[in-house]
Amino acid sequence: MAVVFSKPKALTDAPLHYCPGCTHGIIHRLVAEAIDDLGIIGKTVGIAPVGCAVMAYDYFACDMVEAAHGRAPAVATGLKRAMPDRIIFTYQGDGDLASIGMAETVHAATRNENITVIFVNNAIYGMTGGQMAPTSLPGQVTQTSPYGRDVKTVGYPIKVCELLSALDAPEYIERVAVNNVKNVMNAKKAIKKAFQNQIDGKGFSLIEVVSSCPTNWGMTPQKALDWVESDMIPYYPLGVYRDKSAKEAK
Amino acid sequence: MAYTQILIAGFGGQGVLFAGKVLAYKGLTENKQISWLPSYGPEMRGGTANCSVIVSDTPVGSPIVSEPDILIVMNLPSLDKYENAVVKGGYVFADSTLIERKVERKDVKAFYIPATKMARELGVPTLANMILLGKVIKETGAVSIDGLKDALVKTVSAKHQDLVEANLKAIEAGYRYEE
Amino acid sequence: MAKVLMKGNEAVAEAAIRSGCRHYFGYPITPQTEIAAYMAKRMPKIGGTFLQAESEISAINMVYGVSSAGRRVMTSSSSPGVSLKQEGISYLAGSDLPALVVNVQRGGPGLGGIQPSQSDYFQATKGGGHGDYHLIVLAPASVQEMADLTAKAFDLSDKYRMPAMLLADGTIGQMMEPVELPPETDGNAVEKPWAVTGTENKREHNIINSLYLVPEQLEVKNLERYERYKTVEQNEVMFEEYMTEDCDVCVVAFGIAARVSKNAITAARAKGIKAGLIRPITLWPFPKDIIAKTAERVKGFVSVELSMGQMIDDIRLAESCKKPVALCSRVGGMIPSPDEVLKAVEDMEGGKF
Repeated sequence: MAVVFSKPKALTDAPLHYCPGCTHGIIHRLVAEAIDDLGIIGKTVGIAPVGCAVMAYDYFACDMVEAAHGRAPAVATGLKRAMPDRIIFTYQGDGDLASIGMAETVHAATRNENITVIFVNNAIYGMTGGQMAPTSLPGQVTQTSPYGRDVKTVGYPIKVCELLSALDAPEYIERVAVNNVKNVMNAKKAIKKAFQNQIDGKGFSLIEVVSSCPTNWGMTPQKALDWVESDMIPYYPLGVYRDKSAKEAK
Repeated sequence: MAYTQILIAGFGGQGVLFAGKVLAYKGLTENKQISWLPSYGPEMRGGTANCSVIVSDTPVGSPIVSEPDILIVMNLPSLDKYENAVVKGGYVFADSTLIERKVERKDVKAFYIPATKMARELGVPTLANMILLGKVIKETGAVSIDGLKDALVKTVSAKHQDLVEANLKAIEAGYRYEE
Repeated sequence: MAKVLMKGNEAVAEAAIRSGCRHYFGYPITPQTEIAAYMAKRMPKIGGTFLQAESEISAINMVYGVSSAGRRVMTSSSSPGVSLKQEGISYLAGSDLPALVVNVQRGGPGLGGIQPSQSDYFQATKGGGHGDYHLIVLAPASVQEMADLTAKAFDLSDKYRMPAMLLADGTIGQMMEPVELPPETDGNAVEKPWAVTGTENKREHNIINSLYLVPEQLEVKNLERYERYKTVEQNEVMFEEYMTEDCDVCVVAFGIAARVSKNAITAARAKGIKAGLIRPITLWPFPKDIIAKTAERVKGFVSVELSMGQMIDDIRLAESCKKPVALCSRVGGMIPSPDEVLKAVEDMEGGKF
């Protein structure tokens, strides 16, 4: 029988621990497909965050490092400086990248470290049971914002792509989503480009993936994807925020 | 066996640490045991600075000089602070251009050198420290005057090698100075 | 090789380079800044990395990255900065990664001061970060040892797959003494098959990790690590004995405190008091056996420290409280004078403690 669909080589056989309807599985697959397509699995080192994706080191078949919470860009910096010919990527959530690790994120970006950052924004802390994230929307109810995120007391969500675009250095910044087929296809393209940029020595590429968390949002998977469309994407507009090479080519 | 403890003190920017380094390098070229320990603080210029140098025939114990055999002072606060620390029979060298008072102790050998004035007259206004050092070498023999140039070449940073001769000139002026 | 005159901090940097370390990450703080300055000058010329990180936390995690790749790497700081690094140090220990962390100590707690101190002894020898772990802790007492123990720290760290700390202080870092630099090596003597250098499609993927959600597995990891620590304790203890053969009073001191103590011992001997010194060179593993052995025949010990009394606990444990142990200490950036140490030795000799 002809095989028409198979698992990317860059994923191991380990069963994923993610909740039903979680989009981490899709994003893992997109990253793995990009690694397969570019034929770089043997020279790639990935860095797992602290958060829901903490065990990504078991899922990706390339060499993997588990970093302390928020420190993945610093660990990636060390790996890349030690091995400039290797492909280094981080896979981080919103708490990891935009809260505890904001300094590491901004400084890796402003150094234009030649690394690839996959940033999964689902507007909540999943692993610890649904607390408010730096990207939780105004009014969003979470375990630690039970009356809804009150921007007067806890401030506004951080728009990472917009913030990093204020820096001169970064090579590529794009926000994508994985709530429908069209967006998934687009996300795949963006992620692959972020790896290709590193292969070409262009520098820091970050792809923010607007994602869903049905369990902690208290929604069915379908309802969660609808909420991405109706509430998340309007607050976090999709698109390319920085493409230095394309701009220079013009 | 000689174990000479030297304390050099003054304002930051007067070359206190540098003078100590010259002594240390000279000691090294004479195959002595040496240590050099600077004071360090938040200010780069103007504050007080001092440095401890030990030149010895035996291994150096503590690098901190609290009871110097030789005290070199380049401002009044340093003389006030350290005069009583000098060992009996020790030496005090003072820049008399900047320090008007005399050494009060009678059990030490005191020397007054108008180093800052001499340095100005010699056309090397920043090298009062080296003039004092010349006199120290003459009176104490802590290190030898011979071969000082080698030590200076090592002490002076690569980009300032053109200043070696000026330093040497200042040291020699101090060495020859008689009150 | 001829001796050169160098600051302790510079000797650390040059010795690290000669030991094959080509990656340095740090953040400015007094009194260790010369290490960073030296690396900034030299690393670009020899194809190495000098990177001034955005924080101590980032610096130690960059170290974690390079070490994961199997390369020699170091960071340096002073007390408040080393506190910030503790998270990363715990992760290094938990992932069994070698690395060198240099602490040129200054007075604390808090922002403290910038003058020399030894008050990070507990932090260095008892863990510092969270979890059960040890660092190899080496305590230099001269510029020569700043160089030699830097080279030694890299070797031990690679050999036992555990981070090492060079625990110096502001005096040893800032002072200049003649030093003979260690020989050049490429730093690749120890094979590192565990490193994440890319599978090249030739092996299973390597994982550098400290997370074990199954308690049975995490327990095994801890037990294995402590077996390794036991080997270190058996094989790697280093100390110096000075005039201990006939001593009645034994001073125990490391680093700059040991230098001061030697002067005091000379003075005590001149007065007819038989004083001697045990100078721990490894603070972990602590030289317990020699202290226990010495306890059999001395009147007592004097622990000379630039802290409120931290190493004194280890001395008492090592000699099982058989003999009295007095503390002679100054803190906050102050250093005990030889006279103060002499007084403590005299008191111990006279039974006053």
